[in-house]
Amino acid sequence: MSKHSSLSNSPWVSDWLDFSCEGELILHTGKVDIGQRITTALALIAAEELSIPFDDITVRKTRTDVDPNEGYTAGSFSMQHSGYAIKKASATARHIFTKKASERLNVAEQELEISDGQFRATGTNRSVTYWELISDVMLDVDVDEEVETKNPTDYSTQNKPHIAKGMAEIMTGKYQFLHDLKLDNMLHARIVRPPHYHCELESLDSDVLNRLKQENIHVVQDGSFLAVAASQEYQAVKAARRLSLAAKWKSVKQLSEENIYSQLTSNNKDSFFVEKGCIPSATREIPELEQMDEDENKTISATFRKPYHMHASIGPSAGCASFDGDALIVWTHNQGVYPLRAAITEAFDMATDNVTVQFVPGSGVYGHNGADDAAFDAAIIARHIRGHPILLKWTRDDEHSWEPYGSAMQCEIQASIDKNGKISSWSHETFADTFLARPITGKQPATRMVSAHYIEDALPWPIAEPMMVPHGGIHRNMEMLYEMPEPRLVKNRVYDLPLRTSALRTLGAYGNVFANESMINELAESANIDPFNFRLNHLKDERAIAVLVKLQQVMEDNSRDEEQFGYGIGFARYKNSAAYCAIGVCLSVNEAAEVKLHDAYIVCDAGEIVDAEGVRAQLEGGFIQAASWTLYEQVLYERDGIVSRDWDTYPIITFDNIPQMHTHLIVNPGMPYLGAGEGAAGPTAAAIGNALKDATGLRVREMPFNPDRIMAAALEE
Amino acid sequence: MAEINLSVNGNIISVDIDPDTPLIYVLRNDLDYTGAKLGCALEQCGACMVLVDGEPTNSCVRAAAEFEGMQIETVEGFGTPDKMSEVQQVFAEENVAQCGYCTAGIVCSVTALFRKTRTPSDEQIKETLNRHLCRCGSHSRILDAVDRIRAGETI
Repeated sequence: MSKHSSLSNSPWVSDWLDFSCEGELILHTGKVDIGQRITTALALIAAEELSIPFDDITVRKTRTDVDPNEGYTAGSFSMQHSGYAIKKASATARHIFTKKASERLNVAEQELEISDGQFRATGTNRSVTYWELISDVMLDVDVDEEVETKNPTDYSTQNKPHIAKGMAEIMTGKYQFLHDLKLDNMLHARIVRPPHYHCELESLDSDVLNRLKQENIHVVQDGSFLAVAASQEYQAVKAARRLSLAAKWKSVKQLSEENIYSQLTSNNKDSFFVEKGCIPSATREIPELEQMDEDENKTISATFRKPYHMHASIGPSAGCASFDGDALIVWTHNQGVYPLRAAITEAFDMATDNVTVQFVPGSGVYGHNGADDAAFDAAIIARHIRGHPILLKWTRDDEHSWEPYGSAMQCEIQASIDKNGKISSWSHETFADTFLARPITGKQPATRMVSAHYIEDALPWPIAEPMMVPHGGIHRNMEMLYEMPEPRLVKNRVYDLPLRTSALRTLGAYGNVFANESMINELAESANIDPFNFRLNHLKDERAIAVLVKLQQVMEDNSRDEEQFGYGIGFARYKNSAAYCAIGVCLSVNEAAEVKLHDAYIVCDAGEIVDAEGVRAQLEGGFIQAASWTLYEQVLYERDGIVSRDWDTYPIITFDNIPQMHTHLIVNPGMPYLGAGEGAAGPTAAAIGNALKDATGLRVREMPFNPDRIMAAALEE
Repeated sequence: MAEINLSVNGNIISVDIDPDTPLIYVLRNDLDYTGAKLGCALEQCGACMVLVDGEPTNSCVRAAAEFEGMQIETVEGFGTPDKMSEVQQVFAEENVAQCGYCTAGIVCSVTALFRKTRTPSDEQIKETLNRHLCRCGSHSRILDAVDRIRAGETI
């Protein structure tokens, strides 16, 4: 039995590779393409191992029961899960086919050359293709994890310039998004949400309902869940506005307006000591904060804060569903078709066999955004309006005000250095709401769907249990790679907070790395040691050292001779098990106290790189998204609901503040893949904070670093 | 309902619609030009951008009927996957898109910019692109692709 999670569930070569179409290799995967180009990377892996042209490989869009169950496309795991499985499956298949080709051509295996999908007997014109051999080949066999894979020195496909799968279709408007689905008999739907979470439907104006029905508009009322559906999309848009005006809501409770950071530290919470390996302990007592000898040590205490952030996808979430009375088909752009199916079957008490969930690309999700909810909403509507596929689109207002946000966080760090400039003590307490309220198979997944709390048979709001796995949620990347005495790391899972939260790209790592790497700079300053040297003095991990040394060189080679510019760095290895990422920033602050980004310096070791352009896009895109969080973003709300309901009230970064990118990838052929999708975010926030300090002398510890916050920090000095 | 005549990608097309329907719904649902996307329906994000008489124009608010007699162009009008326009080709070669939801609108705006001048200033480029939001962080790659076109490095 394989220990690898994807291969345990889908052990056969035929679970991953399909040669049934002449001249085409079809790859099955449980990982979905959400803009991170995983389809391109998987196709390149198979192309390399099997010597089949990249263009002849198609990657299926995941569908329940047809494609492997690899859980969620999340945590930067896709290369380590699906990439690994497809590499081993491809190599196993190559060995099987090679044996058959040798028999068919009557030559020794060593005498065969493979290229362009065919085996050729060296020095002859006798050849046979994979597809000519397939009838004699049995691929319902276990993937051999010990199989000999291609020697990296023989690579001919990986890392060559490729136009990513789907890129030409995207450029020409031919790429099919879920939002573009057009099915026979389909109706367009919109929902009418209450003003905020804690509302119940009190009444509906029956005149309006009757008029809508006369106009052939379907109105769905299921408890406090309201929706409309119509054959024309704009009819549905207008009907939703009318229904919204016809609905009266009762507010059962208001959102707490008490300062969020006060709530984070004073509300009910579960606290855990986080042990070596970044694992929360259920048993170990949390030690008192140690006070270091003042003569021998310098001690600094500081509190770092981030507000609630949105996923804020450019396309509001959408879902499509069709129900014939027995079978339900759901089309979704979420990150996991299998857990979504579990939520749907549980909510509607349906047999698993009667529910099919199909992935179709959508707007980027960046974690658990509204996609799961929109699919679920479409399913509710489809069950009321049988025989019509329902394409439901959330509005901008729905998306901004109902998606599950990334939690606000407070990180309290107290750290000391001794007279040699070495860290002598480190305490980090982090406070946050859950980052893991996704539907999870087997753990009452239906309760995680927002509309499950408003339908007639409403489910109670769930309370997500604290994640106790290494680098789970709130405590992700609390532990650093730096050598020091055992740190006092405390995770506080805080309850009864005002906003709905779940997984947003990097979970707690963004806030924790920001706090850690800001404090590292504060210590370096206080010891009067260069921030690079201070970090290097505390590192033994050679790959970490290599990344930082390279960053130093990249920054020196690309620095600007401008006095008012500030430079800062940040470093982390995501989850201490994925990619190593060191980030540098050059910025300045103008007279209006706005931060202007000039350069981003990115160095990453992601193990063996399959699709260098894809890794760069993830790193640079991760930098830009994290810069946006850091400089501009916070979810605003008041007692009557969310205030950030569009792009004016929730501004994000724009094209006029994009730095010049200087990205360097460390090349490690043959090394295991290390996920790179989330590595940049935490180090980016820290690098910006550290550069801001360098440029202005101000240490800003609370996000966003907008003019108000920077002015306030200046006044405090 | 009312019949209106629109010129889209050089073809005159007649559609029978509710006259206050914003252009994007007509393009996407009645005419199958789904490249333009609904993002905010508030003219804030640029995902719905098309060209009207050569000018980048949001299609998510103004009624389709207002565009009668004008030349509408969508991203589908510039090229096909096998025969992309210069902007589309360079954008594809530079692999600018991640999720791709905002891309078609940006292709429209950049196409209009380069029709006006082969050598837009940095200011003109910023002004053009500032009408668009992107969440994946493809901005730097888009700016690099635009630089490449400006420099004439398109082959």
